[in-house]
Amino acid sequence: MAIADIKNMEVVYERPKTLINKITSYCPGCTHGIAHRLVAEVIDEMGLSDKTIGVASVGCSAFSYEYFNCDFVAAPHGRAPAMATGVKRVLPDRIVFTYQGDGDMISIGTGEIVAAAGRGENITVIFINNANYGMTGGQMAPTTLPGMKTTSSPHGRDVEKMGYPIRASELLSTLDGASYIVRRSLHNAKNIRKAKKAIRMAFETQVRGLGFSMVELLSTCPTNLHLSPVDAMNWLEEKMVPYYPIGDYKVHPVLSEINI
Amino acid sequence: MTREFWKGNEAFAEAAVRAGLQAYFGYPITPQTEALEYMSHRMPELGRPFLQAESELGAINMVYGAACTGARVMTSTSGPGTSLMMEGLSYIAATEVPIVLVDVVRGGPGLGNIVPSQQDYNQMVHGGGHGDYHQIVLAPASVQETVDITYNMFNLAEKYLTIGVVMIDGSIGQMMEPAEMPPMLEIRKDIPDWAVRGGKDRRVKTSIYFAAEDMEKTNLRMMRRWQQIEKNEVRYKEYFMDGAKIAIVGYGSAGRIALSAVRTARSKGIPVGLIRPISLSPFPKQLISEIAEQVDGILVVEMNTGMMLDDVLTAVQGKTHVEFYGRSGGVIPFPGEILKEIERISKEPQKDGRHPRDFWLERMESISV
Amino acid sequence: MPLKGTIIVDENLCKACELCVEACPQHVIALDDEKITPRGFHPAYLAEDGCTGCSICALVCPEAAITVYREKPAKK
Repeated sequence: MAIADIKNMEVVYERPKTLINKITSYCPGCTHGIAHRLVAEVIDEMGLSDKTIGVASVGCSAFSYEYFNCDFVAAPHGRAPAMATGVKRVLPDRIVFTYQGDGDMISIGTGEIVAAAGRGENITVIFINNANYGMTGGQMAPTTLPGMKTTSSPHGRDVEKMGYPIRASELLSTLDGASYIVRRSLHNAKNIRKAKKAIRMAFETQVRGLGFSMVELLSTCPTNLHLSPVDAMNWLEEKMVPYYPIGDYKVHPVLSEINI
Repeated sequence: MTREFWKGNEAFAEAAVRAGLQAYFGYPITPQTEALEYMSHRMPELGRPFLQAESELGAINMVYGAACTGARVMTSTSGPGTSLMMEGLSYIAATEVPIVLVDVVRGGPGLGNIVPSQQDYNQMVHGGGHGDYHQIVLAPASVQETVDITYNMFNLAEKYLTIGVVMIDGSIGQMMEPAEMPPMLEIRKDIPDWAVRGGKDRRVKTSIYFAAEDMEKTNLRMMRRWQQIEKNEVRYKEYFMDGAKIAIVGYGSAGRIALSAVRTARSKGIPVGLIRPISLSPFPKQLISEIAEQVDGILVVEMNTGMMLDDVLTAVQGKTHVEFYGRSGGVIPFPGEILKEIERISKEPQKDGRHPRDFWLERMESISV
Repeated sequence: MPLKGTIIVDENLCKACELCVEACPQHVIALDDEKITPRGFHPAYLAEDGCTGCSICALVCPEAAITVYREKPAKK
């Protein structure tokens, strides 16, 4: 056994307090877990857990409220940005964030997300893009890649009949109300570190009252991709990143001067 | 307080403001848009949140979010908007948070038109979003009654953790009448224990009950509260019922118009009276059942094709003869039409066993297809 | 000489996804075939010497199951 004596060691990393100590219902290796952890770490580091209200959505993330140690409300499919608006408008000094998947945010929820970003609503959106409808068994999503097989595009997404994927970060960044719109990926340690920085910047946007912030996180769904978690991460790097480029699509000038 | 001339839509908006409304989220739709416009300057004037949402879908979900924080919150809309709100209403009901909704009813179904009707009765009283829940539906017949009902609806909704609907015919939203406003209440500072507030102890407001047994417990809990509402919150008004042999049953504008006909009929010696239900949900079943034992006939008058009619028939349980008169699609009946019905029934009621709606449709044949 | 580190994996949380096994730059993490957690997984564990406490395993873990320790630097 290689475990050394921890009595003479210091803790370099431990589980964030804002993450409730229980096993999640997400599949082994699902990047929801990583995204949850990063959001919890940021809330911990910024000291926001006593000031935060999360808005859960519909998808595998419907249960996200089970894992965060803060107040939560649960929205109908696609409506989280509207529900978040209701909460933020009556409690403007609280930190309000939504946690949404691709079907939720950019299929049924297109109206609500565009309106919230357009209004410059001072909320933070964590957008999980894993190119399929995970909870319901792997159907095509607005973000499914051309040619990608899903249970409702069994021969691969035919763009002639089923249209092209939607790049939400690019779309929303055209709105004047949007203040921080970035895309990151969770496929390896280096990118996970960058993702965490982006989530931190998004919450800083809200804390400073600068307007609407969103972090799109390229993610995996190992179960519906029929890949091991490790292979799913490779798929993410090889297939998703080229189509959904990692980058900063809108950054409020004040934010570029912050050094965290 | 002085009586002033108020337009129905603005009156209910001001009444809500005085009841301590903390946020208004709405969307333009005729015939209630004046309420949205009124709120757009009145709420900011008082430093309270106002937002025109992206759609009724957005509005009801904003209301849902704010309601979870324990705030007094409302929206207002009309039929095509209430249909869009059904999903949100089901979630709000299952989450057991109070809201107030004002439905200003127009002609339909579909896009219909912008003239008044009572087409939303079934949707509000019997239908709504998916699932086992009931909402309180109160139907005023005047601007003053609208003010009083809206003002008190927040207390009702909070007392029973339910959806409180003020359903007014488009005519009432549009008409101007003298009304007295109630006193301005302060925004309350305490919040209910169940409310999320972004604080130390974690609270979650959700409509998910993953385990069937928990969902059943919720359904039973909601149903027991509904039983209390049925016991305590029935409201109605009776006019000229002393010695009445015919009873008209009509709500809102239909009831008010019928009252004119009843007055004229009484002056001609016809022993007719009016029951005007104010609570449609809970429905005054007990009252109708008792009246059925006293009268020779009941005439239900509505501005639709017979929705409350079915509830009356159920309450009457065959104890007396029931007939129906309705105008729909935005057509408003004149007192004279109802007087003709009263005169016909007092001389020759239709007793051939047909369903009152079928007999009525036949009489409506003069209105061409 | 890199500092010595170690990890403790919470077996109530680990789902044996192997992301940490793959990510560890020292290749010292493996799944323990001799153990099964109450959930039916072979949990990850530190199988060999060589951990430097870099925390990359904790960074990729979806369950935040890993606590990372490192010896305190010697005072000069």
